[in-house]
Amino acid sequence: MDSIVPLRIQIVSIIGSIIFLIVIGRLILKGKLREEYAIVWIFATAALLLLSIWRNGLEVLAAALGVFYAPSLLFMVALFAITTFLVHLSVVATKLQKQNKILAQELALLRNEMQKTG
Amino acid sequence: MEPHKRTIAVVIPAFNEEKTIRGVVEDVCSSLHGQGMDAHIIVVNDGSSDGTAVAVRWLPCTLLNFPFNLGIGAAVQLGFRYARKLGCDAAVQVDGDGQHPAREIGRLLEPILNDSADVVIGSRFLLKGGSRSTLGRRIGIRYFNALVGLLIGRRITDSTSGFRALNCRALEICAEEYPDQYPEPEAIISFTKQNLRIAEVSVLMSDRQGGQSSINTFAGFVYMIKVSLAMLVAVLRTHQER
Repeated sequence: MDSIVPLRIQIVSIIGSIIFLIVIGRLILKGKLREEYAIVWIFATAALLLLSIWRNGLEVLAAALGVFYAPSLLFMVALFAITTFLVHLSVVATKLQKQNKILAQELALLRNEMQKTG
Repeated sequence: MEPHKRTIAVVIPAFNEEKTIRGVVEDVCSSLHGQGMDAHIIVVNDGSSDGTAVAVRWLPCTLLNFPFNLGIGAAVQLGFRYARKLGCDAAVQVDGDGQHPAREIGRLLEPILNDSADVVIGSRFLLKGGSRSTLGRRIGIRYFNALVGLLIGRRITDSTSGFRALNCRALEICAEEYPDQYPEPEAIISFTKQNLRIAEVSVLMSDRQGGQSSINTFAGFVYMIKVSLAMLVAVLRTHQER
Protein backbone atom coordinates (compact mmCIF):
# COMPACT_ATOMS: atom_id res chain seq x y z
CA MET A 1 0.00 0.00 0.00
CA ASP A 2 1.30 3.43 -0.94
CA SER A 3 1.50 5.93 1.85
CA ILE A 4 -0.47 9.16 1.52
CA VAL A 5 2.35 10.99 3.30
CA PRO A 6 5.27 11.97 1.04
CA LEU A 7 8.76 11.43 2.44
CA ARG A 8 9.68 15.12 2.49
CA ILE A 9 6.76 16.19 4.66
CA GLN A 10 7.42 13.18 6.86
CA ILE A 11 10.94 14.40 7.60
CA VAL A 12 9.70 17.95 8.20
CA SER A 13 7.02 16.78 10.62
CA ILE A 14 9.41 14.52 12.52
CA ILE A 15 11.87 17.41 12.93
CA GLY A 16 9.02 19.76 13.88
CA SER A 17 7.71 17.38 16.54
CA ILE A 18 11.17 16.88 18.01
CA ILE A 19 11.81 20.63 18.17
CA PHE A 20 8.44 21.08 19.87
CA LEU A 21 9.34 18.38 22.41
CA ILE A 22 12.65 20.10 23.12
CA VAL A 23 10.94 23.48 23.60
CA ILE A 24 8.44 21.94 26.06
CA GLY A 25 11.28 20.19 27.88
CA ARG A 26 13.23 23.42 28.23
CA LEU A 27 10.18 25.31 29.50
CA ILE A 28 9.69 22.66 32.20
CA LEU A 29 13.35 22.74 33.19
CA LYS A 30 13.31 26.53 33.44
CA GLY A 31 10.20 26.34 35.62
CA LYS A 32 8.11 28.31 33.14
CA LEU A 33 5.65 25.49 32.56
CA ARG A 34 4.09 23.32 35.22
CA GLU A 35 4.48 19.60 34.59
CA GLU A 36 0.73 19.33 35.00
CA TYR A 37 0.14 21.28 31.79
CA ALA A 38 3.22 19.97 30.07
CA ILE A 39 1.88 16.41 30.15
CA VAL A 40 -0.87 17.35 27.69
CA TRP A 41 1.65 18.86 25.28
CA ILE A 42 4.06 15.97 25.61
CA PHE A 43 1.30 13.49 24.79
CA ALA A 44 0.12 15.58 21.85
CA THR A 45 3.62 15.85 20.47
CA ALA A 46 4.23 12.16 21.02
CA ALA A 47 1.08 11.41 19.02
CA LEU A 48 2.28 13.68 16.22
CA LEU A 49 5.71 12.09 16.27
CA LEU A 50 4.15 8.64 16.12
CA LEU A 51 2.06 9.59 13.10
CA SER A 52 5.08 11.18 11.42
CA ILE A 53 7.15 8.02 11.80
CA TRP A 54 4.40 5.51 11.14
CA ARG A 55 3.54 6.74 7.67
CA ASN A 56 0.45 4.65 7.09
CA GLY A 57 -0.80 5.15 10.60
CA LEU A 58 -3.29 7.87 9.82
CA GLU A 59 -4.77 5.89 6.94
CA VAL A 60 -5.01 2.70 8.96
CA LEU A 61 -6.74 4.54 11.81
CA ALA A 62 -9.09 6.36 9.44
CA ALA A 63 -10.02 3.12 7.70
CA ALA A 64 -10.61 1.44 11.04
CA LEU A 65 -12.94 4.24 12.12
CA GLY A 66 -14.68 4.40 8.75
CA VAL A 67 -13.39 7.89 7.92
CA PHE A 68 -13.26 8.34 4.14
CA TYR A 69 -10.77 11.19 3.96
CA ALA A 70 -7.93 10.34 6.34
CA PRO A 71 -6.60 13.90 7.04
CA SER A 72 -10.04 14.97 8.28
CA LEU A 73 -9.61 12.47 11.13
CA LEU A 74 -6.44 14.33 12.10
CA PHE A 75 -8.26 17.67 12.03
CA MET A 76 -11.15 16.35 14.04
CA VAL A 77 -8.94 14.87 16.74
CA ALA A 78 -6.76 17.99 16.88
CA LEU A 79 -9.77 20.34 17.11
CA PHE A 80 -11.32 18.24 19.82
CA ALA A 81 -8.08 18.13 21.82
CA ILE A 82 -7.51 21.89 21.49
CA THR A 83 -11.07 22.75 22.49
CA THR A 84 -10.93 20.45 25.50
CA PHE A 85 -7.67 21.96 26.62
CA LEU A 86 -9.00 25.51 26.24
CA VAL A 87 -11.99 24.69 28.41
CA HIS A 88 -9.63 23.21 30.95
CA LEU A 89 -7.58 26.42 30.93
CA SER A 90 -10.72 28.51 31.46
CA VAL A 91 -11.56 26.37 34.48
CA VAL A 92 -8.06 26.90 35.83
CA ALA A 93 -8.32 30.68 35.24
CA THR A 94 -11.65 30.79 37.10
CA LYS A 95 -10.18 28.96 40.05
CA LEU A 96 -7.16 31.26 40.12
CA GLN A 97 -9.40 34.32 39.99
CA LYS A 98 -11.38 33.07 42.97
CA GLN A 99 -8.25 32.37 44.97
CA ASN A 100 -6.84 35.73 43.93
CA LYS A 101 -9.91 37.50 45.32
CA ILE A 102 -9.69 35.68 48.64
CA LEU A 103 -5.98 36.44 48.89
CA ALA A 104 -6.52 40.15 48.24
CA GLN A 105 -9.30 40.28 50.83
CA GLU A 106 -7.17 38.52 53.41
CA LEU A 107 -4.29 40.86 52.63
CA ALA A 108 -6.51 43.92 53.14
CA LEU A 109 -7.72 42.54 56.49
CA LEU A 110 -4.20 41.72 57.62
CA ARG A 111 -2.85 45.14 56.68
CA ASN A 112 -5.65 46.72 58.64
CA GLU A 113 -4.83 44.48 61.60
CA MET A 114 -1.16 45.46 61.40
CA GLN A 115 -1.92 49.18 61.31
CA LYS A 116 -4.05 48.83 64.41
CA THR A 117 -1.38 47.04 66.39
CA GLY A 118 1.67 48.85 65.01
CA MET B 1 -25.54 49.87 76.36
CA GLU B 2 -29.15 48.83 75.96
CA PRO B 3 -29.49 45.08 75.64
CA HIS B 4 -31.19 45.21 72.24
CA LYS B 5 -29.08 47.94 70.73
CA ARG B 6 -27.75 46.76 67.37
CA THR B 7 -24.24 47.10 66.10
CA ILE B 8 -24.47 48.49 62.59
CA ALA B 9 -21.84 48.61 59.87
CA VAL B 10 -21.89 50.98 56.92
CA VAL B 11 -19.90 49.53 54.03
CA ILE B 12 -18.69 52.02 51.41
CA PRO B 13 -16.95 50.56 48.35
CA ALA B 14 -14.79 53.16 46.61
CA PHE B 15 -12.90 53.03 43.33
CA ASN B 16 -11.25 56.32 42.36
CA GLU B 17 -13.63 58.47 44.36
CA GLU B 18 -11.14 60.95 45.87
CA LYS B 19 -13.44 63.88 45.13
CA THR B 20 -16.53 62.47 46.81
CA ILE B 21 -15.50 59.86 49.36
CA ARG B 22 -14.72 62.34 52.11
CA GLY B 23 -18.10 64.00 51.81
CA VAL B 24 -19.86 60.63 51.75
CA VAL B 25 -18.16 59.42 54.93
CA GLU B 26 -18.82 62.75 56.70
CA ASP B 27 -22.47 62.69 55.59
CA VAL B 28 -22.93 59.16 56.82
CA CYS B 29 -21.28 60.05 60.13
CA SER B 30 -23.36 63.13 60.80
CA SER B 31 -26.69 61.66 59.74
CA LEU B 32 -26.10 58.55 61.85
CA HIS B 33 -25.35 60.81 64.78
CA GLY B 34 -28.43 62.84 64.02
CA GLN B 35 -30.54 59.70 64.11
CA GLY B 36 -28.96 58.58 67.37
CA MET B 37 -27.32 55.56 65.76
CA ASP B 38 -23.86 54.27 66.28
CA ALA B 39 -22.14 52.53 63.40
CA HIS B 40 -18.82 51.24 62.20
CA ILE B 41 -18.02 52.88 58.90
CA ILE B 42 -15.95 50.66 56.65
CA VAL B 43 -14.46 52.11 53.47
CA VAL B 44 -13.14 49.51 51.04
CA ASN B 45 -10.70 51.05 48.60
CA ASP B 46 -10.87 48.85 45.52
CA GLY B 47 -7.35 49.48 44.25
CA SER B 48 -7.92 53.15 43.41
CA SER B 49 -5.14 54.88 41.51
CA ASP B 50 -6.08 58.31 42.88
CA GLY B 51 -6.06 59.74 46.40
CA THR B 52 -9.09 57.84 47.70
CA ALA B 53 -7.11 56.23 50.52
CA VAL B 54 -5.54 59.52 51.57
CA ALA B 55 -8.90 61.32 51.50
CA VAL B 56 -10.38 59.16 54.24
CA ARG B 57 -7.25 58.66 56.32
CA TRP B 58 -8.23 60.98 59.20
CA LEU B 59 -11.93 60.29 59.14
CA PRO B 60 -13.61 58.13 61.79
CA CYS B 61 -13.79 55.04 59.63
CA THR B 62 -11.94 51.82 58.97
CA LEU B 63 -10.07 51.76 55.67
CA LEU B 64 -9.46 48.46 53.92
CA ASN B 65 -7.20 48.60 50.88
CA PHE B 66 -7.14 46.12 48.05
CA PRO B 67 -3.69 45.84 46.45
CA PHE B 68 -5.36 46.03 43.03
CA ASN B 69 -8.80 46.50 41.52
CA LEU B 70 -11.04 43.49 42.08
CA GLY B 71 -14.52 44.79 41.28
CA ILE B 72 -17.23 46.28 43.44
CA GLY B 73 -18.63 42.90 44.48
CA ALA B 74 -15.35 41.76 46.01
CA ALA B 75 -15.04 45.14 47.78
CA VAL B 76 -18.54 44.99 49.23
CA GLN B 77 -18.01 41.39 50.26
CA LEU B 78 -14.83 42.33 52.11
CA GLY B 79 -16.78 45.04 53.92
CA PHE B 80 -19.38 42.48 54.94
CA ARG B 81 -16.70 40.06 56.09
CA TYR B 82 -15.14 42.76 58.22
CA ALA B 83 -18.54 43.74 59.60
CA ARG B 84 -19.15 40.15 60.60
CA LYS B 85 -15.75 40.03 62.26
CA LEU B 86 -16.70 43.11 64.27
CA GLY B 87 -19.83 41.30 65.37
CA CYS B 88 -22.23 43.66 63.58
CA ASP B 89 -25.78 42.43 63.25
CA ALA B 90 -26.84 44.77 60.47
CA ALA B 91 -25.04 46.38 57.56
CA VAL B 92 -25.81 49.13 55.09
CA GLN B 93 -24.11 49.43 51.72
CA VAL B 94 -23.60 52.97 50.46
CA ASP B 95 -21.81 53.85 47.20
CA GLY B 96 -18.70 56.02 47.46
CA ASP B 97 -19.80 58.40 44.69
CA GLY B 98 -22.37 60.35 46.67
CA GLN B 99 -25.46 59.03 44.86
CA HIS B 100 -26.94 57.51 47.96
CA PRO B 101 -28.32 59.98 50.50
CA ALA B 102 -27.01 59.25 53.99
CA ARG B 103 -30.11 60.79 55.56
CA GLU B 104 -32.13 57.83 54.23
CA ILE B 105 -30.03 55.22 56.04
CA GLY B 106 -32.40 55.30 59.00
CA ARG B 107 -35.40 54.53 56.79
CA LEU B 108 -33.46 51.79 55.03
CA LEU B 109 -32.65 50.18 58.37
CA GLU B 110 -36.16 50.40 59.79
CA PRO B 111 -37.49 47.11 58.36
CA ILE B 112 -34.29 45.40 59.54
CA LEU B 113 -34.51 46.79 63.05
CA ASN B 114 -38.16 45.83 63.50
CA ASP B 115 -37.43 42.48 61.85
CA SER B 116 -39.90 42.74 59.01
CA ALA B 117 -37.25 42.08 56.35
CA ASP B 118 -33.81 40.47 55.94
CA VAL B 119 -32.74 42.64 53.00
CA VAL B 120 -33.91 46.17 52.25
CA ILE B 121 -33.31 47.78 48.87
CA GLY B 122 -33.39 51.54 48.49
CA SER B 123 -35.41 52.14 45.33
CA ARG B 124 -35.39 55.20 43.09
CA PHE B 125 -38.51 54.13 41.33
CA LEU B 126 -41.09 53.43 44.03
CA LEU B 127 -42.04 57.09 44.07
CA LYS B 128 -41.44 59.91 41.62
CA GLY B 129 -38.69 62.52 42.03
CA GLY B 130 -34.94 62.62 42.52
CA SER B 131 -32.34 61.38 40.09
CA ARG B 132 -33.65 58.58 37.94
CA SER B 133 -30.46 58.14 35.93
CA THR B 134 -29.95 58.47 32.18
CA LEU B 135 -32.21 56.97 29.53
CA GLY B 136 -29.82 54.19 28.50
CA ARG B 137 -29.34 53.24 32.09
CA ARG B 138 -33.06 53.30 32.79
CA ILE B 139 -33.57 50.84 29.93
CA GLY B 140 -30.93 48.58 31.45
CA ILE B 141 -32.54 48.86 34.87
CA ARG B 142 -35.96 48.04 33.41
CA TYR B 143 -34.51 45.02 31.69
CA PHE B 144 -32.99 43.74 34.92
CA ASN B 145 -36.17 44.44 36.86
CA ALA B 146 -38.07 42.37 34.32
CA LEU B 147 -35.54 39.54 34.42
CA VAL B 148 -35.40 39.52 38.21
CA GLY B 149 -39.20 39.54 38.32
CA LEU B 150 -39.34 36.62 35.92
CA LEU B 151 -36.78 34.61 37.85
CA ILE B 152 -38.00 35.20 41.40
CA GLY B 153 -41.68 35.66 40.64
CA ARG B 154 -42.10 39.04 42.28
CA ARG B 155 -41.57 42.63 41.32
CA ILE B 156 -38.50 44.55 42.43
CA THR B 157 -38.62 48.17 41.28
CA ASP B 158 -34.87 48.88 41.47
CA SER B 159 -32.92 45.65 41.19
CA THR B 160 -29.64 47.40 40.34
CA SER B 161 -29.66 49.70 43.36
CA GLY B 162 -26.57 49.29 45.50
CA PHE B 163 -28.16 51.16 48.40
CA ARG B 164 -29.08 48.26 50.64
CA ALA B 165 -29.43 47.17 54.22
CA LEU B 166 -28.88 43.61 55.42
CA ASN B 167 -29.62 41.93 58.70
CA CYS B 168 -27.22 39.47 60.27
CA ARG B 169 -28.56 36.48 58.36
CA ALA B 170 -28.18 38.20 55.00
CA LEU B 171 -24.81 39.56 56.11
CA GLU B 172 -23.63 36.05 56.87
CA ILE B 173 -24.68 34.84 53.42
CA CYS B 174 -23.07 37.76 51.56
CA ALA B 175 -19.84 37.52 53.55
CA GLU B 176 -19.65 33.88 52.54
CA GLU B 177 -20.36 34.30 48.84
CA TYR B 178 -21.01 37.36 46.73
CA PRO B 179 -20.69 37.97 42.98
CA ASP B 180 -17.56 39.88 41.88
CA GLN B 181 -18.76 42.36 39.33
CA TYR B 182 -22.11 44.12 39.01
CA PRO B 183 -23.43 42.03 41.89
CA GLU B 184 -26.76 43.71 42.67
CA PRO B 185 -29.32 41.91 40.47
CA GLU B 186 -27.58 38.57 40.90
CA ALA B 187 -27.54 38.92 44.69
CA ILE B 188 -31.33 39.34 44.71
CA ILE B 189 -31.65 35.92 43.10
CA SER B 190 -29.48 34.29 45.75
CA PHE B 191 -31.35 36.11 48.53
CA THR B 192 -34.60 34.66 47.23
CA LYS B 193 -33.10 31.19 46.90
CA GLN B 194 -32.04 31.36 50.53
CA ASN B 195 -35.57 32.43 51.51
CA LEU B 196 -34.60 35.89 52.73
CA ARG B 197 -37.39 38.44 53.03
CA ILE B 198 -36.71 41.32 50.62
CA ALA B 199 -38.32 44.72 51.11
CA GLU B 200 -38.02 47.93 49.11
CA VAL B 201 -37.99 51.41 50.55
CA SER B 202 -38.38 54.51 48.42
CA VAL B 203 -35.35 56.79 48.46
CA LEU B 204 -34.37 59.93 46.59
CA MET B 205 -31.00 59.57 44.93
CA SER B 206 -28.78 62.32 43.60
CA ASP B 207 -26.62 62.25 40.49
CA ARG B 208 -23.14 60.98 41.05
CA GLN B 209 -21.06 63.84 42.38
CA GLY B 210 -17.80 62.80 40.79
CA GLY B 211 -15.78 59.91 39.48
CA GLN B 212 -16.73 57.49 36.78
CA SER B 213 -19.51 54.93 36.78
CA SER B 214 -18.21 51.39 36.73
CA ILE B 215 -20.48 50.80 33.74
CA ASN B 216 -19.93 52.78 30.52
CA THR B 217 -22.17 52.76 27.47
CA PHE B 218 -20.03 50.51 25.32
CA ALA B 219 -19.60 47.93 28.00
CA GLY B 220 -23.29 48.19 28.85
CA PHE B 221 -24.43 45.57 26.42
CA VAL B 222 -21.74 43.08 27.37
CA TYR B 223 -22.60 43.80 30.99
CA MET B 224 -26.25 42.95 30.42
CA ILE B 225 -25.45 39.64 28.77
CA LYS B 226 -22.90 38.71 31.41
CA VAL B 227 -25.14 39.53 34.34
CA SER B 228 -28.12 37.82 32.73
CA LEU B 229 -26.09 34.64 32.37
CA ALA B 230 -24.86 34.92 35.95
CA MET B 231 -28.44 35.33 37.14
CA LEU B 232 -29.62 32.25 35.25
CA VAL B 233 -26.73 30.30 36.73
CA ALA B 234 -27.64 31.61 40.19
CA VAL B 235 -31.16 30.25 39.71
CA LEU B 236 -29.91 26.83 38.66
CA ARG B 237 -27.16 26.53 41.20
CA THR B 238 -27.79 24.50 44.31
CA HIS B 239 -26.44 25.67 47.65
CA GLN B 240 -24.36 22.63 48.48
CA GLU B 241 -21.98 23.34 45.59
CA ARG B 242 -20.20 25.94 47.65
